Amino acid sequence: MADQSATTSVLSGFLASIRRDLLVAARHKAELTNPLVFFLIAVTLIPLGVSPEKSVLVLLAPGIVWVMALLATLLSLDGLFRSDYEDGSLEQMLISPQSLYFTVMAKILVHWLVSGLPVTLMAPVLGLMLHLPGDGFLPLLTSLALGTASMSLIGAVGAALTVSLRKGGLLLSLIVMPLYIPVLIFGASAVQSAIQGGAIGMQLAVLGAFLALAIVLAPIAALGALKISSNG
Amino acid sequence: MAWQWFHRLGSPRWFYEKTSPWLPWLTVISIALIVTAAVWGLAFAPADYKQGNSYRIIYIHVPAAFLALAGYYIMAISGAVGLIWKMKLPFMVMKSAAPIGAILTFISLVTGSIWGKPTWGTWWEWDARITSMLILFFLYLGMIALQQAYQHRDTADKSSAVLALVGMVNIPIIYKSVDWWNTLHQPATIKFTSKSTIDPSMLYPLLIMVIGFYCFYALVLLLYTRVEILRRENRTQWVNDLIANNK
Repeated sequence: MADQSATTSVLSGFLASIRRDLLVAARHKAELTNPLVFFLIAVTLIPLGVSPEKSVLVLLAPGIVWVMALLATLLSLDGLFRSDYEDGSLEQMLISPQSLYFTVMAKILVHWLVSGLPVTLMAPVLGLMLHLPGDGFLPLLTSLALGTASMSLIGAVGAALTVSLRKGGLLLSLIVMPLYIPVLIFGASAVQSAIQGGAIGMQLAVLGAFLALAIVLAPIAALGALKISSNG
Repeated sequence: MAWQWFHRLGSPRWFYEKTSPWLPWLTVISIALIVTAAVWGLAFAPADYKQGNSYRIIYIHVPAAFLALAGYYIMAISGAVGLIWKMKLPFMVMKSAAPIGAILTFISLVTGSIWGKPTWGTWWEWDARITSMLILFFLYLGMIALQQAYQHRDTADKSSAVLALVGMVNIPIIYKSVDWWNTLHQPATIKFTSKSTIDPSMLYPLLIMVIGFYCFYALVLLLYTRVEILRRENRTQWVNDLIANNK
């Protein structure tokens, strides 16, 4: 019985955190739309800056969409723990009896739901603008869905490390970007290979493996980093 | 009893005093090894049948690259030791290892680039090895930036230890991923399990150079750490005594 009530409370606490964070996100609509607008504008710059030729854009499309999705995710990371840190609710969470792993996990999940998922859903539109061939759309969606989730998880560690710094944003990108490189490589190459008619099972499997590893390790590291940041 | 040395490592003063006599030895050994290897490798080793004399940069490039990687693990492991056993000294080692590692990574990138020009005909190629070294360089820079960002030393230490550990998980992943992505760099020529593909007349000076670089690395790391110890313990009596006696 005791076991069962403990499981229920972990689950209900997890759901309560998700509900709360979603509510907070819903009340800051600008923060929700800004990464998407950034994504759109940044992708628009490429045809203007490089070349509007279809033959060039076809070649670059998978990489452009992936790099810009990465940057858009990065842009929204800084806010992941920031407001909770500033108004003191983060400390309340750290001293609460709830399992912290799930609290952090809930925050990361909500971050993905409000940044990674919209970016993923918007990517096909940008793919269309960049003349992405028809075979590339489904791989783009799947690889971005898997990849942005990994990026939210890895990025959470960086966000937790820099939360106590007043100007942590640039530093955050500096320390997180190198860690994103494997995700970028396999994500973009999945789309590339699909366009050329190749198999994409290997790339998606690797992205899935990254995600699994990140789910296990990243919340633990983020949690440790949050404890350090809130003590100092 | 066997663990006593480990507990003593928690004391910066003990470390500072015990390592003092090592310094001249390490200096002599690393200079001897590096000079021997340099003279042997640069003057007496035969020229490569394909690359001519240009291959000789291997005697700097390979040891620097070895230590750039090993240095990251040294940094991450000392960070982990500091976090787990809550000791002061490992954090000082970790902090000292970051700039040294960054410099070594930079040296291996630059020498690789100089080597690449005559052999591959290009200064830079987005090849797996080169790219992963560049990313390693970025990881080091991130470590240094994070360490410098905090006002509070304790937070800086612990945060950068977490970052070093996260990076340590990522290094093999990055290495493998860029490896599958694209490749031009020659495969490893020194193998420990099977016969090396490099001729012994070239291999021996290289091995001596690698050992010499390891000794040199140990020396530099010790020196950096000792400076860090003095800086952090500058309010203690023993450091003040030390300074008073040296005057």
